[in-house]
Amino acid sequence: MALTADSAAAPPGATSAGTDPASRTAQDDPASLQVVPARHYARWAAAVAVIVLVAQFAHGLATNPVWEWSVFRDYFLSETIVQAVWVTLQLTAYATVLGFLLGTVLAFMRLSRSPVLRTVAWSYIWIFRSIPMIVQLVFWFNLSALYERLGVGIPFGPVFWSVDSNSLIGTIGAAVIGLTLHQAAYAAEIVRGGVIAVDHGQLEAAAALGIPRLRQIRRIVLPQAMRAILPTAGNEIIGLLKGTSVVYVMAIGELFYQVQVIYGRNGRVIPLLLVATAWYVLLTSLLSVAQYYVERRFARGADRTPPPTPLARARRFLAAQRLAATRPLTEKT
Amino acid sequence: MNDVMVDVHDVHKSFGPLEVLRGVDLKVRAGEVTVILGPSGSGKSTLLRTINHLEKVDRGWISVDGELIGYRRSGDKLHELKEKDVLKQRTDIGFVFQNFNLFPHLTVLDNLVEAPVSALRRPRGAAEENARRLLDRVGLADKADAYPRQLSGGQQQRVAIARALALEPKVLLFDEPTSALDPELVGEVLDVIKALARTGTTMIVVTHEIGFAREVADTVVFMDSGVVVEQGPPAAVLDDPGHARTRAFLSKVL
Repeated sequence: MALTADSAAAPPGATSAGTDPASRTAQDDPASLQVVPARHYARWAAAVAVIVLVAQFAHGLATNPVWEWSVFRDYFLSETIVQAVWVTLQLTAYATVLGFLLGTVLAFMRLSRSPVLRTVAWSYIWIFRSIPMIVQLVFWFNLSALYERLGVGIPFGPVFWSVDSNSLIGTIGAAVIGLTLHQAAYAAEIVRGGVIAVDHGQLEAAAALGIPRLRQIRRIVLPQAMRAILPTAGNEIIGLLKGTSVVYVMAIGELFYQVQVIYGRNGRVIPLLLVATAWYVLLTSLLSVAQYYVERRFARGADRTPPPTPLARARRFLAAQRLAATRPLTEKT
Repeated sequence: MNDVMVDVHDVHKSFGPLEVLRGVDLKVRAGEVTVILGPSGSGKSTLLRTINHLEKVDRGWISVDGELIGYRRSGDKLHELKEKDVLKQRTDIGFVFQNFNLFPHLTVLDNLVEAPVSALRRPRGAAEENARRLLDRVGLADKADAYPRQLSGGQQQRVAIARALALEPKVLLFDEPTSALDPELVGEVLDVIKALARTGTTMIVVTHEIGFAREVADTVVFMDSGVVVEQGPPAAVLDDPGHARTRAFLSKVL
């Protein structure tokens, strides 16, 4: 308001002969005026309220004896728990790798020109997205009741080779199969979403250059699709990591099952649930960091100047600090 | 007289109920530059895309250097080629797109090396050497390690031309190569195409640049509503058009 009032009083063209040019510039040039930042009272009040709530929660965590932090400390790195975490990680890794491999195949089947492949892929996705994972896992667990022996042969014809289904697929195997098949249905849609997000001109260019079909997919389409795939895939993998807790129904010694076994024995429910929680949070955090760097890698060429990694930024910050600390010394000498 | 390099015979193409090409005949001689002009929707881009089989024709046939495109003839039957064989044929036919369609995730050098290595099975070292030579030719030797998005539109289109040349095609097709460019960048791309024309590369160029057609073309083809209305040397077609439709078009764009 003050600025417009000033300029209205002395419009740029109207220089009166009597005024001192130096004082004029000090008054009229906005660059030389003091800036008063806006005050956000409501924002500050909200911040205080939230900080109080967080502090209360932290206080509760630290002081409520029911959390039994000493029990948490005893179990967090105990051998049983670490082993159970390892099983959880293995289940996640197998189901991720196999699920996304199968999912990618299904995605390209759905995009294929063959109506048979398209229909089969569509039906697979429809079925496996419709069955709750826990139901499917129990199915696989009871596979031997459904099929006593598994064999290779001609449908409705002779069987050439067969094996007892329990000896072929153990409980871990059944869990991996269940998680994989479930995961593949979702992965297929994620991959398909990424592939159709790639500009059609890219495929035309690759085709016009005579690049072989598989190579087009691997070298041109998938790397670009990855940009759209990764954020959702990150979600899925994190979901899967936590989803492995469902296999406790098959009595597999993964994290959640093991925690339940221990608190069933000693009754320390809360601190042991806390152990599981802390591990899941830790593993999810690691996955999130990994996701950041993988996304960065596939963003190559997307930005004119790629942003620095947090690590590079931290290093630059430290270097600047060191420089600031040493400068007075070097100036003195 | 030169041999016929591209022979388009009675080509028809429809998209649903829309008949885009209605019996196009065109002969392009080796070493010559043919410029196709015409209003938008006249079928010029579609015609160009049928030549490298990006669009399948409904009727008629196209041959490049005596080889039927997309089909194999045995007796009086035409057998549709498999995708693998069509891809192989395309390595003889360079295509430059209006929107460049460079691969954004690959460096400029990798954009040029990809097809020779994967489609022609050239050793990578030789392909890189050739790619650098081509980049030098389009004046972008210093951009080999840049990513496409770090380049201007004109530079990207020059890279795209070099990428098409990397396969040493028998004929180069340009689909409105300067239409996506800012006016001040058009010149640098046309200069590259002119330089290619002087080296005797067979080219078919769909464009709206009449000045370029006059200067570079051996033959100007005017298309309208899916047919070739007239064709001939630039002086004849551009300065003394025989058809009212050609005159109407030229009076609008000149």
